[in-house]
Amino acid sequence: MIAQMNSSLIDYILHLADNSLILAQRNSEWCGHGPVLEQDIAITNISLDLIGQSRNVYQYAAKLIGGDTDEDKLAYLRTEREFKNCLLVEQPNGDWGQTILRQFLFSQYQYLLYEKLSSGADEQLSAIAAKALKEVAYHLRWSSEWVIRLGDGTEESHDRMIKAVNELWPYTGELFMPAEFELKAGPDVSAFASAWLEKIKGVFGDAGLAVPEKVFMQSGGKTGTHTEHMGYILAEMQTLQRTYPGASW
Amino acid sequence: MPDIELQKIKKILDEVCDPEIPVLTIADLGIIRDVKINQGEVEVIITPTYTGCPAMDMITMNIKMALLEQGYKKVKVTSVLAPAWTTDWMSEDGKRKLKEYGIAPPVPLSDETSDRVIECPQCHSSNTRLISEFGSTACKSLYQCNDCKEPFDYFKCH
Repeated sequence: MIAQMNSSLIDYILHLADNSLILAQRNSEWCGHGPVLEQDIAITNISLDLIGQSRNVYQYAAKLIGGDTDEDKLAYLRTEREFKNCLLVEQPNGDWGQTILRQFLFSQYQYLLYEKLSSGADEQLSAIAAKALKEVAYHLRWSSEWVIRLGDGTEESHDRMIKAVNELWPYTGELFMPAEFELKAGPDVSAFASAWLEKIKGVFGDAGLAVPEKVFMQSGGKTGTHTEHMGYILAEMQTLQRTYPGASW
Repeated sequence: MPDIELQKIKKILDEVCDPEIPVLTIADLGIIRDVKINQGEVEVIITPTYTGCPAMDMITMNIKMALLEQGYKKVKVTSVLAPAWTTDWMSEDGKRKLKEYGIAPPVPLSDETSDRVIECPQCHSSNTRLISEFGSTACKSLYQCNDCKEPFDYFKCH
């Protein structure tokens, strides 16, 4: 029983860490390619925050797993099927609008989730979440402003945002469909689905964007069935450790 | 005896600077939570500023180096996350040094609102504007003074 509890908790923690790491990896693809210098710096700063968060969570997972597991092994030596991140975070960057939208949809979700975690019973998770929440608040403010700026901007930017919404919306349902390990070890995600949607609608309203209706929702990421993009992300992210095992910075 | 020893260690730590903002010591930043001596081993307990801040690893190393140089052979640096670090822990002296260095110091957490007024560290005008929420490091935002036109970093309130 205890072993089972522990394995759900470990899966849950890995899920949190994978979400942050994979989104960080995606955002970091903008490094040196941002539309203007300030925003290049902003998106890579967000990446850095997310990597920091994932490190804290992986370190906690490594402690629970024990043996010679460490944060690097968890990030660099697990296979695609072992990653438990949501499909949303692995979606391609697309244009700047799509990247911004992905960040906004995720940050709003992460904010509500981490608020719950920060007052949860697991002391280590609550400390990590409380710390991360301050950063997520920044990500959320920044990405909301950009969604409004682009949605309510020129005809071109408005059209691109509609395209981005249509592209990413099918991956938002999974955020609130709990996997087995979430039901056992995490707060109830379905409980804040409506709070999330209200917040999204608020910003979309200011941006002149509509929330799509009756969309088929994709899922599977949390249990390791990823979209075709995931393998490429890992191939790039893990290449060094796999080519030169044990290499250190 | 341990008290004198602790004072000595704290004095050494007072000399350790932030690698990215060298005018600030780690004591100014308010990241030292505790110092302990257990059977000859010095343990320095620190709290990270930003979770992804690359300076944290460097700070840990600098703490170890500073103590090793002074003859402390066994040094351990432990990082604790709770309670989460806040800019309210930065010393008044630290805030003054930041300003002299050209970085606007963080406003108190209680005053942090979206329409916060940040004073220009160069000409002290309050007529400034936010250019970007994210600056050259994780802990800073980019501002510009509308009067003297000088762009400047603001150490964000956290």
